Amino acid sequence: MLENVVLVTPEILVGEIAKTKYEGYRFVTMTCVELDADTAEVIYHFDRDFTLKNIRLKLAKDTDIPSISHIFMAAFLAENEIQDLFHLKFKGLIIDFNRTLYFDDDAQSAPLCRYTVSQTKSPEPELAQNPGDA
Amino acid sequence: MQEAIQKPVQRTTIPFGPQHPVLPEPVHLKITVEDEVIKEVVPALGFVHRGLEKLIDIRDFHQMIQVVERVCGICSMIHAMCYVHGIEELMEIDVPPRAKYLRVIWSELHRMHSHLLWLGLFADSFGFESLFMQFWRIREKILNIDEATTGNRIIVSVNVVGGVRKDLSQEQMKWILDELAEIEQMVKRLSSTLFEDYTVKKRTVGKGILPREQAIELGAAGPTLRGSGVAQDMRQLGYAAFKELDFAPVTESTCDCWARCRVRYREVLQSIDLIRQAITKIPAGEINVKVKGRPQGEVITRVEQPRGELLYYIKANGSKNLDRLRIRTPTFANIPTLFAMLPGMWLSDVPVIVLSIDPCISCTER
Repeated sequence: MLENVVLVTPEILVGEIAKTKYEGYRFVTMTCVELDADTAEVIYHFDRDFTLKNIRLKLAKDTDIPSISHIFMAAFLAENEIQDLFHLKFKGLIIDFNRTLYFDDDAQSAPLCRYTVSQTKSPEPELAQNPGDA
Repeated sequence: MQEAIQKPVQRTTIPFGPQHPVLPEPVHLKITVEDEVIKEVVPALGFVHRGLEKLIDIRDFHQMIQVVERVCGICSMIHAMCYVHGIEELMEIDVPPRAKYLRVIWSELHRMHSHLLWLGLFADSFGFESLFMQFWRIREKILNIDEATTGNRIIVSVNVVGGVRKDLSQEQMKWILDELAEIEQMVKRLSSTLFEDYTVKKRTVGKGILPREQAIELGAAGPTLRGSGVAQDMRQLGYAAFKELDFAPVTESTCDCWARCRVRYREVLQSIDLIRQAITKIPAGEINVKVKGRPQGEVITRVEQPRGELLYYIKANGSKNLDRLRIRTPTFANIPTLFAMLPGMWLSDVPVIVLSIDPCISCTER
């Protein structure tokens, strides 16, 4: 198991990150893990004197995540990468590539998601049988 | 004429890369200049993204060693070492001490040939082609050692979960020490050109300044961070056999391209010293242990690549395929530092400054 873990919600994320910076931690990276079809987890990794602090944010995939790039500028690349690979959305990114960091504009898939939402074709609506139409 | 001079300078955006003579790999920078002075820079990636992390779905945790070795050829051994450290921690495997020392020896050989490759490319970036060839000539000797001891020159593929695949005989270790003595002399002979030549100083001293506070703030790693005076090196964590060796990080304090070059040059000599220590202290014994079972849980491992801190996050669920593998490479951490290094510099300084972070784009994009 990871050590030194802090659990947060989207509402208190930015405050916790600001506190982490105030405590003297440096930003290392972020990891996104898909948990199931609807939820994902973003883990923020920070380091101070070779000790890692991990901030875990568990959320529904369609939730907008507040960007931390205005606190730790170095986070903008990791956030853009997660937008590309997992189709999560970060709000307030200082440089937002809009899912084109690695892919073309028309790329639709979220390649690191195992569970993808597929649109099934709905059955043709049955027309009311009216003998008079024949 | 007077009116023309007083007009405000127009801003121009110039694309740098993805194909450029000084770039070994493709990265694109949108550089905004006023006259020839850089005002803004925005990086763009996506030219060599391969989705290697996704291969955990079809490759088992043993096969993934071969995959992570191919994240980056230049530091393949260190990628594999970081990965197997993680799996060994999850499976609570005790690696034999001899294997730990062998990992140190091969990883330091990798650091040396990576730094020598970079020193050559850096010399080429400011037009010193003979110096470039001299550094690469020395590098060939390291690749010969890799080939003689592992069978491969670049992707040495020695790491396995539980230890290493190859051993070194006494004769081989003596030969390595002889070769290192020669390499040390060859490297030292090039020092005066690299650090005292007027032109080299003109192109590197005071260029691409990254102050210490900004280096930490922007998340810099490796020689880029240590060139700004921060004594942080993941080898201080003591992984493999580093805790048993005499080691202190190499730092420089001038925060410019010259400092970053000097850190890498001194680290080549430091690696020679570490290999000598490892060969002196290496214990006899097994080089790997039999591995049973499958990994379960999550772990973060960090090692020092030639370019800086490498982080692997591994999540496993007890099956043969991992749940998640996340690789954060040092160039991924060092790209934001270009925001601090480039503005205010001349357009002609861009190749030298960009190269000073030793960009590895294959690593970055995976």
